[in-house]
Amino acid sequence: MSLDRLPHHLTARKWPGRSWDYILAGMERSAAAMPSSELWAVDLFGRVFTLSTAGRHWELCRDAQLEFKRVSAAAPCCWGIACDNQVYVHVGASDVPIRCREEAYENQRWNPVGGFCETLLPSDRWPWSDVSGLQHRPLDGVALPSPHWEWESDWYVDENFGGEPTEKGGWTYAIDFPATYTRDKKWNSCVRRRRWTRYRRYKSRDTWAKIPSEDDPQRLPDPFSDISVGGWEITDEPVGRLSVWAVSLQGKVWYREDVSHPNPEGSSWSLVDTPGEAVQISCGPHDLLWVSLWEGQALVREGINRNNPKGSSWSVVEPPTSENGILHVSAGVGVVWAVTKDRKVWFRRGVNSHNPCGTSWIEMVGEMMMVNVGLNDQVWGIGWADRALYFRHGVTQSELSGKTWKAIVAGRECDGSHAGSLSSLLSAGCFFGDEVRGGGESRVPSDSEAKRPGPDPEHDVEVAGPASAPAELPWTNIDLKEPKKGPSHAAADFPEATNLSSLALLPLGLEEPDSTNCHALWAWVSGGGCAVEAHTTLKWFTVHSGLSASMQMLSLSITPAQTAAWRKQIFQQLTERTKRELENFRHYEQAVEQVGSARVHFFQHTFIEHLLHASPESVWVKTGALQWWCDWKPHKWVDVRVALEQFTGHDGVRDSILFIYYVVHEEKKYIHVFLNEVTALVPVLIEAKHSFAVYTPERTRQRWPVRLAAATEQDMSDWLALLDLSCCESRRVHGRPSPQAIWSVTCKGDIFVSEPSPDLEAPEHWLPCDQMFWRQMGGHLRVVEANSRGVVWGIGYDHTAWVYTGGYGGGCFQGLASSTSNIYTQSDVKCVYIYENQRWNPVTGYTSRGLPTDRYMWSDATGLQECTKASTKPPSLQWAWVSDWFVDFSVPGGTDQEGWQYASDFPALYHGHKTMKDFVRRRCWTRKCKLVTSGPWLEVAPIALGDVSIIPESPGAHGSGPGIALWAVSDKGDVLCRLGVSELNPAGSSWLHVGTDQPFASVSIGGCYQVWAVARDGSAFYRGSVSPSKPAGDCWYLIPSPPKQRLKQVSVGHTAVFALDENGNLWYRQGVTPSYPQGTSWEHVSNNVRHVSVGPLDQVWVIANKVQGSHSLSRGTVCRRTGVQPLEPKGQGWDYGIGGGWDHLSVRASATRGPRSSSQETAGKWRREQGLPSGRSQVAGAPQETPNPACC
Amino acid sequence: MTDDKDVLRDVWFGRIPTCFTLYQDEITEREAEPYYLLLPRVSYLTLVTDKVKKHFQKVMRQEDISEIWFEYEGTPLKWHYPIGLLFDLLASSSALPWNITVHFKSFPEKDLLHCPSKDVIEAHFMSCVKEADALKHKSQVINEMQKKDHKQLWMGLQNDRFDQFWAINRKLMEYPAEENGFRYIPFRIYQTTTERPFIQKLFRPVATDGQLHTLGDLLKEVCPSAVAPEDGGKKNQVMIHGIEPMLETPLQWLSEHLSYPDNFLHISIIPQPTD
Repeated sequence: MSLDRLPHHLTARKWPGRSWDYILAGMERSAAAMPSSELWAVDLFGRVFTLSTAGRHWELCRDAQLEFKRVSAAAPCCWGIACDNQVYVHVGASDVPIRCREEAYENQRWNPVGGFCETLLPSDRWPWSDVSGLQHRPLDGVALPSPHWEWESDWYVDENFGGEPTEKGGWTYAIDFPATYTRDKKWNSCVRRRRWTRYRRYKSRDTWAKIPSEDDPQRLPDPFSDISVGGWEITDEPVGRLSVWAVSLQGKVWYREDVSHPNPEGSSWSLVDTPGEAVQISCGPHDLLWVSLWEGQALVREGINRNNPKGSSWSVVEPPTSENGILHVSAGVGVVWAVTKDRKVWFRRGVNSHNPCGTSWIEMVGEMMMVNVGLNDQVWGIGWADRALYFRHGVTQSELSGKTWKAIVAGRECDGSHAGSLSSLLSAGCFFGDEVRGGGESRVPSDSEAKRPGPDPEHDVEVAGPASAPAELPWTNIDLKEPKKGPSHAAADFPEATNLSSLALLPLGLEEPDSTNCHALWAWVSGGGCAVEAHTTLKWFTVHSGLSASMQMLSLSITPAQTAAWRKQIFQQLTERTKRELENFRHYEQAVEQVGSARVHFFQHTFIEHLLHASPESVWVKTGALQWWCDWKPHKWVDVRVALEQFTGHDGVRDSILFIYYVVHEEKKYIHVFLNEVTALVPVLIEAKHSFAVYTPERTRQRWPVRLAAATEQDMSDWLALLDLSCCESRRVHGRPSPQAIWSVTCKGDIFVSEPSPDLEAPEHWLPCDQMFWRQMGGHLRVVEANSRGVVWGIGYDHTAWVYTGGYGGGCFQGLASSTSNIYTQSDVKCVYIYENQRWNPVTGYTSRGLPTDRYMWSDATGLQECTKASTKPPSLQWAWVSDWFVDFSVPGGTDQEGWQYASDFPALYHGHKTMKDFVRRRCWTRKCKLVTSGPWLEVAPIALGDVSIIPESPGAHGSGPGIALWAVSDKGDVLCRLGVSELNPAGSSWLHVGTDQPFASVSIGGCYQVWAVARDGSAFYRGSVSPSKPAGDCWYLIPSPPKQRLKQVSVGHTAVFALDENGNLWYRQGVTPSYPQGTSWEHVSNNVRHVSVGPLDQVWVIANKVQGSHSLSRGTVCRRTGVQPLEPKGQGWDYGIGGGWDHLSVRASATRGPRSSSQETAGKWRREQGLPSGRSQVAGAPQETPNPACC
Repeated sequence: MTDDKDVLRDVWFGRIPTCFTLYQDEITEREAEPYYLLLPRVSYLTLVTDKVKKHFQKVMRQEDISEIWFEYEGTPLKWHYPIGLLFDLLASSSALPWNITVHFKSFPEKDLLHCPSKDVIEAHFMSCVKEADALKHKSQVINEMQKKDHKQLWMGLQNDRFDQFWAINRKLMEYPAEENGFRYIPFRIYQTTTERPFIQKLFRPVATDGQLHTLGDLLKEVCPSAVAPEDGGKKNQVMIHGIEPMLETPLQWLSEHLSYPDNFLHISIIPQPTD
């Protein structure tokens, strides 16, 4: 179980099939939030540069001593061939280390004389062996695989055996080798063994690491001439695998074995026979591999798939014309581009996984030295004549060939000056070219050679373009090849460009810039790590004047605009104006009275008349036709007229009533809802209907909200926004939520916030939690965690980490219900799973014909619902498919090579290989869907998270230091500690990796820096010595789980520790004291719990699995533990709140104490006890029966 | 933290304290008391002066009443200009309340449009909104709206319902994410010193180099005299809703936040008061 299989960027780019859209999923963020990626290129002097998609300048690759011939980039790394003919790999830096566990087993046998000792029987295994016992593995014989690794620590004994701590020494016992080992020594335990582990860490990050030469020089007699990285998208392959291919000078093709994220160097080169001599190779992100041959043909690899990344055979593709062979090829996901010996560029039509050879060549405009296809099938090229870098503009999934070549005129970052100082860079003048280029074809080599024979380092060939006239070559669409023009002709065609750029050229002619300040001609480019999608705004193509550039930066970023003087002045003047024009005239009559209701009611009703009578300040109405999920059986959608009436009471408070008029048995009736009683408005996007639920305390108790559906999405969001505004207005809730707010997430990913009232946590007469008002925030999350200093983090379904920006609204809350700033685009991706079920019969083997009693042959996980590929739809109308169906190989229990899992019958436990007893099999199919919305969230790139916890702080602790402790578990199970988190910088600055011996699932930090965590194997851990000065603590203490239970979540409040197991049992940690923070035992509190959140006052809130109301049952209900007292931290019962589809809740910001503080005493006690040599359990509560939140 | 939304509210709820007095030559049966009223800056005179009309008609004989019109210091007030604009343009330097004279006779046919009913105001208002959207979105937004949405805009204005109005009007203030603003900014520049009623030209919110145009850019382009008066001495005030935004203010922001309900920026250029 390796902890560190992958960093986020790799997973984000593990795409099934050929889904281009999904590729975008990870990148389609708002500009501010969008993680940037990089284009790699080599200039003629062998210097390697990178250009960020968010940047404007080339940056010289660090470790610049080496000169390179070729580079080939993937998202997490870049491979290259240096001028010393050695192969190097450059792995980008990350906060999460690449770690690999080495292990060895110490084996002992009992003998009557010495007891257990190293003396084994001759037939036994080695005293030191691998897990199988077959390989000799002494500890000092385990060496680091290359100089790029280092040991993390010395060897140590692993005392954790399947989540249970072992007896001293970590020994496990068995009757004999090999057998089943147990924790306990029995009378017949003749042998024992224990596991030694040691971690090694890849250290050569953010630098070029030399791949060790082959040991046997005979195998690799000649140096490599070309290298290509790809294959990270091969359908269903293990995440993080890479294909690295190389061509040697002798024309042989080599494959690097075992390259993956945890093993970035791979293990060895193996020869792949080719029918001809190769010159150059290109491996696409998916399963395309093309090779160009000396003879001018191309070789195409067939049979590349998950189980055989090297492929099986070659096909030959003839060049476009026989006289000019292929010089260079580059493969993408669904395209291949080529350059022939006459420098012409060709696009291969009809290339895909099923037909890697494609159908035909199309000639493109332009003359290139080489072309490179990167992510999303985007294309870069190096011009033949000018050696300038071009980007193929307009490449989309529907138009893979793009529109035009656009010159990249990004400047080179000058040494010593920083990225921010644009003006100094620009004033250096080094980005401006010294000549004007017309169309590529117009430039014959003799033209430039005539002026400047030979390559000239000072010869800067960047297209000079003023800001208003981006340099763009006149090459148009692919199929419209332009006639060749003479050079003079071309110049005449672009008089504007000539004039404008010649101005820019003047300083260059006067003072030749230093060669280090001015990049030269390009030799190679690789876009394999560069994510450009249709909507990415690249700043590579224009050079702004210093002033306009800085001005534009000002106008684009939010903060300066917010603080701009003009804005302040408007606010100030408006205030002054109001004072001037209104202050002394308030007694004047208003010209427009808030007129009384002359509106049409569909039915007369005395009720509203009464109301209007009571408050003459009335009414405006929104009316409409909706559908209502009727209260009576059979429940169904009935057409209703709906009216919202808004009035202003004498106290000036606005309130509204929602009337729902319906007809039953030809009788007109209505129900009404006072909006000041509404506790939540929840969008329910199901059954292809745009519906929403309206909750009041009464309706919450009944578990039966008013459900309304609109005809269109627009109609629904209009209603929802209006009702939300009215609710907020009548409750005087507006603006951003307070730092103490309680955050929650529904199972649809909608985010709700509730402001805790002061009596929410009062010891007596507390506010029942069904009366809490929940207001929706824009965005889509799976997890949200807050702390009382206003730091809120979220995690999406795709594990992306998000930080709250301080805005409000977004999503369907546009306009008034939304803040003007701090709202960004947010997207999320999740998987839909269906199962293919088959039964074995003696004649035909496994078929999709089951027994009559069997489940559907295509079903959901339970087998109860029929789910075919064709009929299964995305979860709601918000979601759109972004991939095709693909087999999921990562299901629990394992699968065979085709993804099948076997069992004796449905339903049963499934395993990954067929046995004699297995009569049924199934496999899981997955399809990704994506949602795009907006909300007050910014991505915290690049590491994907599984869980996050922020230190809960009581009000007294405010401003207790700049740092706010935040812990997280990555989606790979790495435990991480965020540094630099503060109110002003809620996103923090960097991750500190906290080593663990196994992947973790959940983490929680308590108010006194007690960090608890739950590993994926269900065991709990306590982290020792965490403090503000030692944010990561020192070591883990294994805490045994409750008997026979695997824990899945833990939550630590101020002092109280609660954990949740996989069967929904909630456990309280007994005996936790400052001097013995690990506590003594788990005590059962309740079952039927799905999620727990313990707050800064040690208040306990959960999401209950099932709650029965008077009308119906709801799953996923917010519940608060009642009767929680310092002496009774487990509480007594449950108080049920909003529910039906709630998934996650965080009360960890809710530090507002009730009138009589209860936990202050505990806190004081905790502090008093801290430092005492020993402490007795402060918890007096004896185990007692507590009612469960279940009623069914 | 101040929110841009607050600007919309402040603009909407701007009021001008006004004192209406009946013109001295009007024949009355008894003395007409002045009538004091808070006029919404964003509304139209004839839309909000029912009370004024009623007040003065009480003291007049039926046969002496014809169409009501208003005048300030000898200038007939155009009802089809928003009230705030009229005030800024003509009376911003004088003391409050604003003294408006009410006439029932001698309708100045050459200066004013007739306003026989509220429908006329509605028609005028909607045509302005449509013209503005034609400039901003090639009329796409307004044309996609339903009749009831148009009605809601109007009713929102008529009944002084901020929420009701902005629930619809926000759609008119949107623009495609890939653009940096509207196609053209709907604006009108008024000067008391010229004969021309107002200046209106096509002007984009963003320059060709991607830079946002400011209020200053607009004035320099379409009304250079306003920012650089040729006579040297006299300086001008550039006023919208009774305030003088800085010339550095981005025009797009102004259009989104300081437009009148008719979606136009009505900009008054007035000579700096000498005192």
